[in-house]
Amino acid sequence: MAQHAPKVDFRTRLQEWIPKLVLSPSVAAMTVFVYGFIAFTVYLSFTGSKMLPRYDWIGFENYQKLWGLSSWWTAITNLGVFASLYIIICTVIGLGLAIFLDQKIRGEGMLRPIYLYPMALSFIVTGTAWKWILDPGIGIENTMHLWGWTSFEFNWIKDRNMAIYTVVIAAVWQTSGFVMSMFLAGLRGIDNEIVKAAQIDGASNWNLYRRIVIPLLRPAFLSSFVILAHLAVKSYDLIIALTGGGPGRATEVPATFMYSYTFTRNSMGIGAASAVIMLMTIAAIMTPYLYAELKESK
Amino acid sequence: MRHFFTSVAVAALLTGPALADPSVEVMHFWTSGGEASALSVVRDKVVAEGVQWIDAPVAGGGGDQAKTALQARIAAGNPPAAMLMLGQNIIDWADEGLLGNVDALAKAEGWDAALPRAVQDFTKIGGHYVSVPTNVHRTDMISASKAAFGAIGADYPTSWAELNALAPKFLEAGIIPLAHGGQAWQEAYMFEAVAAGVGGADFYRRAFVDLDDATLRGDTMRAVFDQMATLRGMVDENAPGRDWNLATAMVINGQAAMQIMGDWAKGEFTNAGKLAGDDFACIPVPKDQGDAFVYLVNSLSLFAQTDPEQAKAQEVLASAIMDKGVQVGFNIAKGAIPARSDADLSALDACAQATAASLSSNDAGGGAVPTFAGTHAARAAVVGAATDVVTEFFNSDMTAAEATETLADAIADAI
Repeated sequence: MAQHAPKVDFRTRLQEWIPKLVLSPSVAAMTVFVYGFIAFTVYLSFTGSKMLPRYDWIGFENYQKLWGLSSWWTAITNLGVFASLYIIICTVIGLGLAIFLDQKIRGEGMLRPIYLYPMALSFIVTGTAWKWILDPGIGIENTMHLWGWTSFEFNWIKDRNMAIYTVVIAAVWQTSGFVMSMFLAGLRGIDNEIVKAAQIDGASNWNLYRRIVIPLLRPAFLSSFVILAHLAVKSYDLIIALTGGGPGRATEVPATFMYSYTFTRNSMGIGAASAVIMLMTIAAIMTPYLYAELKESK
Repeated sequence: MRHFFTSVAVAALLTGPALADPSVEVMHFWTSGGEASALSVVRDKVVAEGVQWIDAPVAGGGGDQAKTALQARIAAGNPPAAMLMLGQNIIDWADEGLLGNVDALAKAEGWDAALPRAVQDFTKIGGHYVSVPTNVHRTDMISASKAAFGAIGADYPTSWAELNALAPKFLEAGIIPLAHGGQAWQEAYMFEAVAAGVGGADFYRRAFVDLDDATLRGDTMRAVFDQMATLRGMVDENAPGRDWNLATAMVINGQAAMQIMGDWAKGEFTNAGKLAGDDFACIPVPKDQGDAFVYLVNSLSLFAQTDPEQAKAQEVLASAIMDKGVQVGFNIAKGAIPARSDADLSALDACAQATAASLSSNDAGGGAVPTFAGTHAARAAVVGAATDVVTEFFNSDMTAAEATETLADAIADAI
């Protein structure tokens, strides 16, 4: 083989080059349209941009202004409430559904897509549908009244203190089926021998799941957490369709804040600063995850 | 996506050396029925003059999406010939040096004499006509259901005290006193109408145009918030999030008595086959401190052109918009009033005629003030900050004193 090394034939060279050639357009596009624009946004957040991008460096002024705005604090608090409830409830429901579906029940093939289907809808559709379902005038409350249960009251979507929870309801409905399918895949990946060994040792079902199955699902927990967390941070369309940020601004989140400051209020600098904060939030979640993943694969 | 391809094709066409017809690309957000047919009046005139009309609509009533699309076009160095925009945005774009002008045409056609001062304030920037007005809206209006007022045997209110006294009577008759759509922008329009009504034109101008801190913190502003709080008690609990046209529908079918909303609400009545005077009334909000008129000017702003052919096409567009016949035809469809004060109003309905008369008397008497919610009086950042406070107030049990201070602080931060 050694004597062939200096003159590699054309075919081999082509084979070496083709992957690079094929990948380079998408790498170039990614560099410009993802990382390039991230860098651009970070730069804008340090400028006094109003309606159009400007390039005058003003330092951290936008960040100072941003953290001084009460509406930004509202948005951050809402995101905290929404994200934590959304992640916890989705995980619990998803895991529960997966475990129940994993009991070798009949018709599993039919049930699985039913739970998974909401994920096929866009958040706009989910938001609009739930807006009508939750509206006291036409939705559940009205239906209950028509059925004769006149004392029934469910007007969270019109109540500024409760409205953020309606966002959680709609988002959980949309995503928990997807989380279920991730856990289901995880459950199917567990070695049957381990489960059988535990059963032979006399482990109860409860102990089997608590001490063996759920700990083995660690990778599924991690991926569902990452997916849910970034869905929560970037949630925009659901809020716009469901509550429009209202009542008042009770369901404002960082994403809606960013859009309104950048595009409707001609404060592009502050909008960019809020986008950078959101990016850093996501990075804070993703970095440990990537670190753990890459370490494992070594 | 199709639009994207169209614009690419158009861009290719424009840069091509052999250009067959002069053309104007008009970017706008007038996509609803009445608005679209109004714009087609202008289009027909332009096309009749031999200029090709390239329509570039971006859906989304308030124009936010259109503005975002425009920003992208500007960043790409490909502005349209004309763009529908509002108030301070025109001044901002002019300050960026992107707008051209039609001063020569304006002088030849005598626009200075034809347009009220109120309209000139938002079309003639720095002495140049950078924008051509199509119509004027009045934002401090009440649409009232004649049937509802008949049911309690009351006259239309002429003062806030009268209006407030009506509320319990309507409730007793099972009618919602005030139809309201609980969205931030609607509450902002309601707020400015109340401010003009309770405080008067001078107060309005000091507070929202001059953004005078003492006025914003003053007793009159507190009275405005007090009146807002009273109105808060007149709306049904289902209001939050409701679209404005659904609130209008409540007045149309007699479920509610009044709606405080700009005169564009009239279009909903007209579409429902209701007649002004017979089925509903359009009355200005009560004015406790002398007459006032809160106006909103719609105009097409002209982007600077390098090609003289295109500049000429732009002049054809401008001249077509200002044509008296077009102004009337446009506003019959749009439901507003002509921007020209010398147009023949006999073809318009009673509401529009009354509004036009009120504009000319207020324009002369200093009672015409620019809309705040529609970002004429102040910049978008200020209006946004104030809207936050107003909607927060209207949707909570914040006191008027608290709201006054919060509003003044928010505006001071945003200036």
